[in-house]
Amino acid sequence: MSTERPRQMKGFGGGRGGAAMMSPKQKIEKGTFKRLCSYITKKYKARFIAVIICIIISSITSVLGIMSLRTVIDEYITPLVGTANPDYSNFATFMMAVAGIFITGTIATFIYSRFMAMISQGVLRDIRDEMFEKMQKLPIKYFDTHTHGEIMSHYTNDIDTLRQMISQSLPNLISSVITIVSTMVAMFSMNIALTIFVIAFSIFTVFIVKTIASKSSKFFVSQQESLATVNGYVEEMLNGQKVIKVFTHEDKTKEEFDVLNNKLNSDMYNANRFANSLMPIAGNLGNLQYVSVAIVGSMWALASTNPIELLGTLVSFLQLSKSFSRPVSQVMNQFNSIIMALAGAGRIFKLIDTTPEVDEGNVTLVNAEKNDKGELVEVEKHTGMWAWKRPLEDGKFEYIELKGYITLTDVDFGYNEEKQVLHDVSLYAKPGQKIAFVGATGAGKTTITNLINRFYDIIDGKVEYDGIDIKQIKKDDLRHSLGMVLQDTNLFTGTIKENIRYGKSDATDEEVYNAAKLANADGFIKMLPQGYDTMLTENGAQLSQGQRQLISIARAAIANPPVMILDEATSSIDTRTEKLVQDGMDKLMDGRTVLVIAHRLSTVRNSKAILVLENGRIIERGEHDFLIDQKGTYYKLYTGAFELE
Amino acid sequence: MIKKLSKFIGQYKVPTILTPILISLEVVMEVIIPLVMAELIDKGVYAGEMNLIYKLGLELVILAMFSLFFGATNGFTAAKASAGFAKNLRQALYYKVQDFSFSNIDKFSTASLITRLTTDVSNVQQAFQMLIRITVRAPLMFAFSLIAALKINAKLALIFVCVIPVLGFAIYKIISKTHPIMKATFKKYDKLNNVVEENVSSMRVVKSFVLEDEEIEKFKGVSGVIYNNFIRAEKNMTFMPVIMDTAIYTCVVLVSWLGAKIIVDSNMTLLTTGELMTLITYSIQILTSLLMVSMVALMLTNAKASGDRIVEVLDEEIDIVNKENAITEVKDGSVEFDNVSFSYVKDMEKLCLKNINIKINPGEVVGVIGGTGTGKSTLVNLIPRLYDVTDGTLKVGGIDVREYDIKALRDQVACVLQKNVLFSGSISENIRWGNESATDEEVERVCKLAQADEFIKAFPDGYNTHIEQGGTNVSGGQKQRLCIARALLKKPKILILDDSTSAVDTRTDALIRKAFREEIPDTTKIIIAQRINSVEDADKIIVIDGGVINGFGTHEELLKTNAIYKEVYDSQVKGSDEA
Repeated sequence: MSTERPRQMKGFGGGRGGAAMMSPKQKIEKGTFKRLCSYITKKYKARFIAVIICIIISSITSVLGIMSLRTVIDEYITPLVGTANPDYSNFATFMMAVAGIFITGTIATFIYSRFMAMISQGVLRDIRDEMFEKMQKLPIKYFDTHTHGEIMSHYTNDIDTLRQMISQSLPNLISSVITIVSTMVAMFSMNIALTIFVIAFSIFTVFIVKTIASKSSKFFVSQQESLATVNGYVEEMLNGQKVIKVFTHEDKTKEEFDVLNNKLNSDMYNANRFANSLMPIAGNLGNLQYVSVAIVGSMWALASTNPIELLGTLVSFLQLSKSFSRPVSQVMNQFNSIIMALAGAGRIFKLIDTTPEVDEGNVTLVNAEKNDKGELVEVEKHTGMWAWKRPLEDGKFEYIELKGYITLTDVDFGYNEEKQVLHDVSLYAKPGQKIAFVGATGAGKTTITNLINRFYDIIDGKVEYDGIDIKQIKKDDLRHSLGMVLQDTNLFTGTIKENIRYGKSDATDEEVYNAAKLANADGFIKMLPQGYDTMLTENGAQLSQGQRQLISIARAAIANPPVMILDEATSSIDTRTEKLVQDGMDKLMDGRTVLVIAHRLSTVRNSKAILVLENGRIIERGEHDFLIDQKGTYYKLYTGAFELE
Repeated sequence: MIKKLSKFIGQYKVPTILTPILISLEVVMEVIIPLVMAELIDKGVYAGEMNLIYKLGLELVILAMFSLFFGATNGFTAAKASAGFAKNLRQALYYKVQDFSFSNIDKFSTASLITRLTTDVSNVQQAFQMLIRITVRAPLMFAFSLIAALKINAKLALIFVCVIPVLGFAIYKIISKTHPIMKATFKKYDKLNNVVEENVSSMRVVKSFVLEDEEIEKFKGVSGVIYNNFIRAEKNMTFMPVIMDTAIYTCVVLVSWLGAKIIVDSNMTLLTTGELMTLITYSIQILTSLLMVSMVALMLTNAKASGDRIVEVLDEEIDIVNKENAITEVKDGSVEFDNVSFSYVKDMEKLCLKNINIKINPGEVVGVIGGTGTGKSTLVNLIPRLYDVTDGTLKVGGIDVREYDIKALRDQVACVLQKNVLFSGSISENIRWGNESATDEEVERVCKLAQADEFIKAFPDGYNTHIEQGGTNVSGGQKQRLCIARALLKKPKILILDDSTSAVDTRTDALIRKAFREEIPDTTKIIIAQRINSVEDADKIIVIDGGVINGFGTHEELLKTNAIYKEVYDSQVKGSDEA
């Protein structure tokens, strides 16, 4: 995607607020909140307790501050008014005390916001890192059954809402609740009847706001849908914009767009109409409450014997009632964003909880050399010879030389239970042999190679590597011994050198150059202005398809594995580059066991065996000449009478 | 930018103007309420006047009700205005992009255009709504409250006047220190997402090279940088509530202290208890709206980038437009390149095609061969005037293509693009892109020509089979044949196939060419191909290399005279005979 995607600066000033958050009901797993809290308490317990204490202090000081108004009025102003030489000394002491309370409160605020920032960022980092770590260990199947967009949204949307919640909503909620409680206590201490009136009014406000919000949530769903439709339409049409031009469909698509755009307009209006008025209504109901309290309070004061003495109480009660209604509407807002965030957290936890790839293998790959007696022994240093190290029952180890002898015996496989993809597949590749798979899309060519490196596990049958069942081999070591060149080249952001080194992390520069030379990539890389240090971005978008393939061949070559699995690229590259790629592949294959999935038949003629697959079964096998003589499917494919892809 | 964008308020002027007015009225109510409240306390409670309490109480309720009314209605008008504004803006952008020529599209890239039409429009819409609401509300609240405070007691209000610049400066400092860090952090966030995206899409590579742990380290590295940056930014931001609290508390303490003194010293003539309370209310209103103003300013700067990108699209000059009194009739399918040169950047130094001279007669089949990037597609894209020639003239039907009405020309010159797209919808809907009013028989006929009829009928739903977005549910070869059928339905005088049968097997490929020859003999056919057997039976073959015509003739002629053609031929055809 383009990099110019602007981000909302959510760190400042909070999100959209209002009913935007009032999305339709989200399902939340039980225990999600508890689990989220455990992230906080696990590492940041002391700080979190400090945060809670400081929030309490800060709320109480602000309530005390408001209550001080009552003392100022009742104890000082009212008695002193009219006196000839007012004595301010007591008053001054009192004001100093008030200032002291405020300073304490400010310090508490400072401490809790700073600690909270550290906690929330820490928790987010912990969750983020854990999620990625777990994701790396997930089986390929997970990535087949979840779209990239789906997985990405855990890192973007879900983490975003979580950040919003942990760094803003959660502390806000805590402080709101504490403020509500302490304000309520303070109000009760002044006047019970008035307090009940305030609470009743607040409940009324909550009720009104909730009614509006639930009304708007329906419109919000249709707004989201309309927006998705319009954006989807724009995306599809702009992707086909050149086709539109060629077919002069501009007017037609304008018409279609207008229909969708107008629908979006009305949905957006309906949704925002309520969302926009929600906060003003809540705020103004707060005003109304304030006003009503003033009137009722004034009548209550006047009904007493000495109303003037109650003046301070009335004034500070008024201010208290004002600071009571604010957190109430805040809680309502936070509540929704917390629900949203919990739903996101639930999705993240689901990913974290997915069962990782199982690896029960205990056979490992070690460097080896032959001793004087011709026996294999394990050595530390790199010898170019490898051995499988298999633990025996008596605690000793058996060493088997890594040769690259692969056999499949009666293998059945299906990606899911309903549909079997491979039936009774049996084949062998002796060390140094080249075996080619040929067949239409969906015949099962790639599937076979995915079973050898255990991206998937077979249902029935046996896959053996140098005589060892691959289930007994440690997955990492199994994959280390297999070189892969996949159809989709998938280069990473980084320099060309780094990309080639991907095959062997500790490779020297010399090794990188040699691998590139072997793959016929050296020539074009040197022509680039930055040579091997050229930065690749977006899957190597600045290179041609053929050049990307050459790099991926070099990447496989540098690892120097005894067995190679090659999946040829299908996209059309011009004849000259194709020849370079082919040469590179040939050099790579030299002296290794090779399993190649062929999309161009000219490349498989020199294979030891060609296996023709159809619907998950091997229907023909043999050398090129033999298969041509058979005049079967291979012959038809070869003469171009059948479509290969 | 604002001036250009404000044009799109269009028919929504009334709600756009009404919104700030309603908001102003709401603010006025909210500023008056504390004033009346002061009166209630002083003249009502303090003086013990029950009647006055009733009267002022009623006044207060009415004021609050009005405030509620204005608050609710401005939400409505703002929704109307901003949704309408977004609609107009989106429409203008979409229409504009529809008028874009190929080179306009190339300049922006599809992905960036999509962002501008989706995310950027949403950002600007939000900013617009903020502009007519909060941008009005916060400064007004600030100003009115300050004025009211000054009216009550100018001396005491001086406290605010002193605190405001200090607070304003502090907020400014904090934001200007934090903003760049945040910006950098979000860039890093993109990098983090990039790592994830690469891993998700390349999981097989990661796993085959057993580099999961290295990738985890890479991720944690970026993740740690983000953490540190955020901590730095948040550390600055934590001063915000502290500064706000300090400012408010300072005001409250000073107002109470000095206010009390004034009340007592003047014996309630210069200031009353009720007014003291009102001043405290105002102090909170003034200071929080100051914070609000700075936040709004920050958000608007963020939306500015989106606005700029939108204006960029709207301001783009369209380089291919219809001439006045353009010709609407294409006489025949002849094509003539007369010394044509072309450059994508309109620079005679950087030519992609140099001095092309070709003449193609109506009904001829012309093959085009050449390596990638040699100018094959560029050459044929000039014919339906997808790009304009930089130099020389290109004639279709004997007339310069620039003289034609674009729609008329493109209806007669059907081009099957190399990067072709099917749209979501049924197969017959997709084919009918060529001609909306075509009958079912006509649709079936072109599909037969393109050798697509057979596989379409093999689908359970036949011609009603739904095509997924981008045509992902049909194979490459099937997709190409559908695209050819779609172009054929136009009944064009010239048909251009830009590497459009690369995924089709050779037998079907041959059948398509045979059908072309027999069924539409009068249509000029220009075929770009990688495979030599796709062009060898053409009337003429063009060999392009490095933007110039390297050879032009029949298969036999070129085989004898053209080195490149021979090389390609040898590598493809002879190759299969050796073994």
